[in-house]
Amino acid sequence: MSAVAPIDLPIDRKTEAQLKRGERALERSMARSTKNKLTSKGATIAAIIIAVLWTTPTFGLLITSFRPPELINTSGWWSIFVNPGFTLGNYEAVLTGEATTVTLPQAFINSIVITIPAAIFPLVIASLAAYAFAWIPFKGRNILFIGVFALQVVPIQMALVPLLSLFSRGLNLGGLEVFDGLGAGGNSYGQIWIAHTIFALPLAIFLLHNFISEIPHELIEAARVDGAGHGQTFFRIVLPLAMPAIASFAIFQFLWVWNDLLVALVFADGAVGPITKVLREITGNRGQDWYLLTAGAFVAMIVPLIVFFALQRFFVRGLLAGSTKG
Amino acid sequence: MSGFLKWLAGLPPLAQIPLVLAAFLIVAGLVIFFVEIAPRSGRRYTVIRLLVCVLAPLAIFLALGSIWWAAAAAAVLGALFFLLDYRSKQGAGYLFQLIGFLSPALFLLAVGLVYPTIATFFKAFMNARGNRFVGFENFIYVFGQESNRVAIINTIIWVLVVPALSTIAGLAYAVFVDKARGEKFLKALVFMPMAISFVGASIIWKFVYDANAAGSPQIGLLNGIITFFGGQPVDFINIAPWNNLFLMVILIWVQTGFAMVVLSAAIKGVPAEQMEAAQLDGTNAWQRFTNVTVPGIRSSLIVVLTTISIASLKVFDIVQTMTGGANGTNVLANAVYAQKLEEGRASAFAVILFILVLPIIIYNVRQMRLQKEIR
Repeated sequence: MSAVAPIDLPIDRKTEAQLKRGERALERSMARSTKNKLTSKGATIAAIIIAVLWTTPTFGLLITSFRPPELINTSGWWSIFVNPGFTLGNYEAVLTGEATTVTLPQAFINSIVITIPAAIFPLVIASLAAYAFAWIPFKGRNILFIGVFALQVVPIQMALVPLLSLFSRGLNLGGLEVFDGLGAGGNSYGQIWIAHTIFALPLAIFLLHNFISEIPHELIEAARVDGAGHGQTFFRIVLPLAMPAIASFAIFQFLWVWNDLLVALVFADGAVGPITKVLREITGNRGQDWYLLTAGAFVAMIVPLIVFFALQRFFVRGLLAGSTKG
Repeated sequence: MSGFLKWLAGLPPLAQIPLVLAAFLIVAGLVIFFVEIAPRSGRRYTVIRLLVCVLAPLAIFLALGSIWWAAAAAAVLGALFFLLDYRSKQGAGYLFQLIGFLSPALFLLAVGLVYPTIATFFKAFMNARGNRFVGFENFIYVFGQESNRVAIINTIIWVLVVPALSTIAGLAYAVFVDKARGEKFLKALVFMPMAISFVGASIIWKFVYDANAAGSPQIGLLNGIITFFGGQPVDFINIAPWNNLFLMVILIWVQTGFAMVVLSAAIKGVPAEQMEAAQLDGTNAWQRFTNVTVPGIRSSLIVVLTTISIASLKVFDIVQTMTGGANGTNVLANAVYAQKLEEGRASAFAVILFILVLPIIIYNVRQMRLQKEIR
């Protein structure tokens, strides 16, 4: 589980309008030069103090990851100027070390292989469902949608144990074997892809529905008049229009899966363990090997940080996605 | 499917990505294609619909590896569905489209969330192997042991402390940064922890909290400061009950960024006229904040508090990485994982967690229904 989650709660119209207004103001102020904004010295200083407090722990770890092991253990990172020393050895050690069941580079690749499909599957499936909830009228639509929405608050801890036994042992209904388990062995990513897909669906459906249901009615009608069925309407009109929402949810899901530990601990066995799992292993077994831990932590963080800094605007917009609906 | 996954597992990891994505997108494309041609009239399309109705369930069940007559039963059900669809009031093909769009998601949700959640309820009343009914034995175990009660109480404390403190910190920062120079950059710094995994965040803070014996050099930042001023080093992670608070700081550190971004947008959305009117009335900055800004963003505050509450209830990674639940820091989500071999007990913990989340679910479903009625 990662920290990032877009606002996923129903919000009333007024709040929605307010957040939207604020977001626009924010983007305007970013576009303009900040000089003509009313700034106050006191507020700036207070903000800087908090920002420094918030950044120092990460900064300390970053510096430490470049210090030689013997210096790490005998002096604090803040004394770097008194006890200078710089090395890339920690990164070398952590990238080649066999301290864990899976080496770190292997785990890094595992994380990539787990994350990319696990970010795309739920998006496709959820956008199909969101379209149906928004544009195909049927009986019990509201109840069903509220049911899907309620599922996202259910702790996934509720689902872990039965889902695992479903994957490994299959399902028997009164002696009738309906499903004999994935049975693909410990080296398959199958279970963890499916598990992540399922756990992402309620939120994805909810957010995409918010967006897709706001597409102007006239557009959908026009497509229908021109002879498009639901399939074409979905593929040619809704999907392109919903791209911003899909993209920002994709970023969240990517980070969510990349940073997840719980699902990985349960569903990614042995050789397919992602980087978070390996990191936890290093922390558990070698709690005092700071040179491994610090460098390992940064190897794991580098991808989400790049994603974060490169796509920050979408990130913020996506965070407000549940509320601002494009 | 298990054959496909097995074959896939034998390939180099990176080669698996395009293959599995291609397979998935082909299936999705087929669904969209058949949905598109479903409502068309004419014998040809009717035959295609019939074939899909019969063959698709058959193929799915065979792919899942069921025995053949389960698949055959599914095919017969598919044929029945075809008839139902054919006589549908909204015209032939209507139900077909609906099922095409909804069934993948609903099927996965039913299999992966609804069924397991219900199963967990039942398992909570079964023994460890799930084959004997034991009544409330698992719950007696959970409530009977001191360490388990601690886990429940800790979870409740997390929910009370973390949302409140991170919202306050986020709100304060949002207010300051609103009037600060270099807003964008300063925001990014506080927001950054949100991109880091809880495992990464835990390692960062483990290093801050690290303690060495008195007299030897401290490498943890906090103990470095304490000993610099002549104090005795404190083993932050191991002194119960305060260690809980130090673990909570990590989640607060992460969630403040979230609160800040949302509340900052809300503050900027408060109409400028209201602020100006208050200013003309001669109020000072604090009065404006408490009388104009806070009431103005009330509903955003509730959203932030609720979201962080849910995150705090489910907190697992931090506890697992920092202490593994030792030294009186256990929480429910970690207890579920720690007991995973004792299915009955794990389920009992999960049920208790569910009951704690229930009020939040009910509240939000009510909000949602209100909204749906308005529209």
